[in-house]
Amino acid sequence: MNDSYDLRSSESHIEVHKFRTGAIIGSLLLVLFLQAFLPLYVPKAEILDLPLLITIYFGLSRRNPSTGLLLGMAIGLAQDSLSGPTVQLGLYGIAKTIIGYLASSIGARLDTEHPAARFALTTIFFVAHQGLIALTRRILLAQPETWFNMRLFVAALVNALVAVFLFLLLDRLRKR
Amino acid sequence: MVAIPSRHKSLVLLAGVVLLQVLLLAVQIKRDSQGRLIRVWTVGAISPFQRAGANGVGSIRGIWNHYFALQSTSRENEQLRHENDALKLQITQLQSKAAEADRLAGLLNFRKLHLDVPMVGARVIGASPGTASVTIDIDRGQRDGIKKNMGVITPDGVVGKVIESYANSAQVLLLTDKDSGVGALVAESRIQSPVGGTGEPLLSMKYVPNDDTVNNGEHVVTSGMDRIFPRDLPVGTIVEIKAGNPFKQIRVRPAANLERLEEVIVLLTLHPLEFKQESEPASQPQPVAPASAAEKPPAARR
Repeated sequence: MNDSYDLRSSESHIEVHKFRTGAIIGSLLLVLFLQAFLPLYVPKAEILDLPLLITIYFGLSRRNPSTGLLLGMAIGLAQDSLSGPTVQLGLYGIAKTIIGYLASSIGARLDTEHPAARFALTTIFFVAHQGLIALTRRILLAQPETWFNMRLFVAALVNALVAVFLFLLLDRLRKR
Repeated sequence: MVAIPSRHKSLVLLAGVVLLQVLLLAVQIKRDSQGRLIRVWTVGAISPFQRAGANGVGSIRGIWNHYFALQSTSRENEQLRHENDALKLQITQLQSKAAEADRLAGLLNFRKLHLDVPMVGARVIGASPGTASVTIDIDRGQRDGIKKNMGVITPDGVVGKVIESYANSAQVLLLTDKDSGVGALVAESRIQSPVGGTGEPLLSMKYVPNDDTVNNGEHVVTSGMDRIFPRDLPVGTIVEIKAGNPFKQIRVRPAANLERLEEVIVLLTLHPLEFKQESEPASQPQPVAPASAAEKPPAARR
């Protein structure tokens, strides 16, 4: 994947970040591995959706909707593939494609570098992601799925908190 | 040809990509297919890392338990207390080893008791990467004779069934998954009803009529009617009963510790099995032989 992107003239007041070669693919493989591996030793870690956090981060940083949605699709389909045959290919794919698009679209209009902005956006995107999953399962797959409950609300806040620190770590992968 | 304004290009791409994935979902819903190539590739790429990670954590734990813990203890204590603490530490290590030996002895004993049943032990190397399904990955696959739909157990009870088998690994759908289920009956009263997952730690016993008497603390065992698990394997213990319409709402705590699985046993057969009973309580009646494999009421079948 090409990690460089030129800024459009109409959005020149927002800085577009470039990443070191292989940073995106490396981060993607690492979070997929952690997502499958971590709950084995820390059962509570299943509440985290690290692939979603990565989708949001690179969407907000790259600020190119096309790149954001394609990256979201790749991450989502990989997560679908690792989830076993009970999860149809495309369930996470569709949700993360849309989240990738939304994150990069918002990233192109707002400055999203402040931790408070990142916390709020991640909370909103987590809720939206769950809504898209529920929508897909209910309408396309005719499967029962909770729209939202207290557990998901707590999960949204926990993921947003983790995102603040994770995004600071990922900032170090940017080219200076 | 109509030109698309550049500001709308990404929106068109989004619509196209989402539509493609919806079509992909539609294809999967229509076909009851075997494992797809993309799953094989992705699992094949990730499972070596999971295996290496599991081994790495085991090594680090080993180094920590056998070296650093001893070293830090020796620094902090005087000679006599050091000896005392070293002995205490040794006891802890022995207890840990004894616990591990008990666990492995349990597996071995289970195998010895059922020598006629083909089975293979496997190590858990991964878990499901999302909340949409509750699965684990094990380090045995097609090369060890593991096939789709084979039952997975521990000496404590039922774990789930194999939903996908790859060359060197396999995915197991745990009992707690919403799509999971097992033919079961209440051990004491022999009331039959399937037990299924709810996506939460407790299971649900689905079709016990309100007229039947069931009590908290009663044990639930397999009925053998799902043709995956043999009869009388522990499934769990009833922990909550509520009246429902028309069936009771019964919650069952799984007998196997599904949140802390380290080793499991895969039953290497797709034919109905019969386990020999270790000891049959005199008061416990023999289960009634099933008339057919169908156990769920017709309305509840998918």
